[in-house]
Amino acid sequence: MRGLRLVPRAQPSRAMLFIAPLLAVLLTLIVGLGVFAWLGQNPLRAFRVFFIDPVSDMSGFSELLLKASPLCLIALGLAIGFRASIWNIGAEGQMYMGGIFATGLAIRFHDHGGAWLLPAMVVAGALGGMFWASITAALRAQFHANEILVSLMLTYVADLVVKYLVFGPWQDPQGNNFPITVQFSDDALFPLFASWGWGAFEGTRLNASVFLTVAAIPLAWLFMERSFLGFQLQVTGLAPGAARYAGFPEKRMIWLALLISGAAAGLAGVSEVAGPIGQLNDRWQPLYGFTAIIVAALGRMHAVGIVLASLLMALLYLGGEAVQITLQLPKALSQVFQGLLLMFLLGCDVLVNYRIARRVAA
Amino acid sequence: MDEPTSVLTPQAVDQLFETLRKLSSEGTAIMFVSHKLDEIRRLCHRATIFRGGKWVAEVDPRKETEESLAALMIGREFPRTQRREHAPGAAALELVNLSVPADGPFGTALKGINLELHSGEILGVAGVSGNGQAELLEAITGEQASSDSGMVRLLGQPIGRLGAAERRRLGLVNVPEERLGRGAVPPMSLIENTLLTAHRQGMLQHGLVSQARAIAYAKACIEGFDVRCSGAAAKAQSLSGGNLQKFIVGREIRQLPRAMVVAQPTWGVDVAASALIRQQIIDLAVRGVAVLVISEDLGEILEMCDRVAVIAAGRLSPSKWVSDTSAEEIGRWMAGMFPQDAPELAAA
Repeated sequence: MRGLRLVPRAQPSRAMLFIAPLLAVLLTLIVGLGVFAWLGQNPLRAFRVFFIDPVSDMSGFSELLLKASPLCLIALGLAIGFRASIWNIGAEGQMYMGGIFATGLAIRFHDHGGAWLLPAMVVAGALGGMFWASITAALRAQFHANEILVSLMLTYVADLVVKYLVFGPWQDPQGNNFPITVQFSDDALFPLFASWGWGAFEGTRLNASVFLTVAAIPLAWLFMERSFLGFQLQVTGLAPGAARYAGFPEKRMIWLALLISGAAAGLAGVSEVAGPIGQLNDRWQPLYGFTAIIVAALGRMHAVGIVLASLLMALLYLGGEAVQITLQLPKALSQVFQGLLLMFLLGCDVLVNYRIARRVAA
Repeated sequence: MDEPTSVLTPQAVDQLFETLRKLSSEGTAIMFVSHKLDEIRRLCHRATIFRGGKWVAEVDPRKETEESLAALMIGREFPRTQRREHAPGAAALELVNLSVPADGPFGTALKGINLELHSGEILGVAGVSGNGQAELLEAITGEQASSDSGMVRLLGQPIGRLGAAERRRLGLVNVPEERLGRGAVPPMSLIENTLLTAHRQGMLQHGLVSQARAIAYAKACIEGFDVRCSGAAAKAQSLSGGNLQKFIVGREIRQLPRAMVVAQPTWGVDVAASALIRQQIIDLAVRGVAVLVISEDLGEILEMCDRVAVIAAGRLSPSKWVSDTSAEEIGRWMAGMFPQDAPELAAA
């Protein structure tokens, strides 16, 4: 724009650090209204259908939590790695692997489960995610392989593993040849809130897996803000030279960051297969692992910010579905909104280190 | 010219000054920016002094003393560092035939370095920039582990294969040349920056950080070493070079080390802070700590060290008592002309 220019700030603005995400949300909404109008809809009505209606009743609110929970869980794990400048882009694949490990137990003990089965699946899921992330960690730590590329490519490998299993050895024999596993037994499913006689949740799909996320939030906060390991990871990310000077073990930092984010993604995988899906199938591609990258960035790599960002991102999912059903608009609008949000966030982030000033006539 | 002598030996500086005087006499105007006051006095006809970005004075440097110039620079009486009687103790830090291959095409290989540093003494390593100083520092601090454990010894114990954190735990601390990004994390507060190396001073409980301890330690560094900042929560990058250096030196000294290695202690530091830092290092040696000073500022080494050795092309010269040598001799050694196989002079 003529007459304006960007001037570097002497110090990054702390206020802007908080204002930038809000500004990005605001800009997304404004552009969103324009998009609705362009699609021939009354923008305000579409806005209401997209953002208000989905959470106007208990069932919508439950769906919001059900979507926000895995996003939040994965993003918390990713943020710990991102703070150390270890860019795990493959949480989606680690989530698949968590789902696969948990499914393995659910199928093996389908007919002779017990109260122990679900906890065992949770542990297996975390291990599955860690296992998948450990490949990236090993290649990065030993051979300096780029963790962004390795983890991203492994996502597609994990996807193919899912497909192999549900088309092959794990296919439900009574499934009419569909690429699905058996429906998990009750022992292998997270109990529904409704099953505890909580009337308000009657008819909703909300299940106990959200408690995994609820427990993870304070733990992640404690780890990031108060623990020495979290501090070491952050130093590694901010000033690798200072980390070497202090003698923080670089390889251990890489392993730690990737294993934590892998475990979180694996847990999210369990909460999906042992939650609303109740099986493993070839169409399970929620993209939570990728969306969580936006959540972590939007939440400023901070536990509280991530909780809020995951709720917002879940709302975008639900809103996309709502406008599809109510207004016959394409579901891809969700992704348009996600993309707008990330783009505006990256744009607004410039204001953290720069301020806008009037161009002075030379 | 901006600090043109920083990579030159004293002899090369003399030659440069010859050339500059000749150019000047032929009518060339020369602007010469330097923090080395003796160079200004020897070379320049006029000197302008700035302080905090403001014009302070214009003087004839040939009629001034170094003290009077320094006083103009800092705005008050120049504090002299106090020399002391030196009584060397037992060997604290030993390098035994230390060799490290060059790290990449721009690195310098260290070749068979031998050194014995005693408790309570300050030994300076002089040399022209890029002759292996960075590699020597990393080999001693443990950022670069040695191929053989016995190549580096602390109080007789072989530590050559230990990492930087283990060596610090055994009482070998160091102050790196690069303050931002190495000695301190720029966007972190001074409180967090104390954690970087001083976390063993009771700041951790069950893997969690005790904020109160870290704050107390940071405040003690700030007060004890006259660090000018907005408080312990100030970010490292908001401090001036001199104040950040005082903080880092303070943080390392307060860990009660047995030996300390300091690289370029007063590089880019104002004269007042330089004097304080040198005095703190001297006081540390008085308390029996062995101190190795790696510096490219020969004047600084001659001012504060008991012994001096020279590093050139990855080789370390024998050491000499500072009182027993001259800038000219050290200058020749900096060009690589030192006796290769002379016995350790100072060991006697």
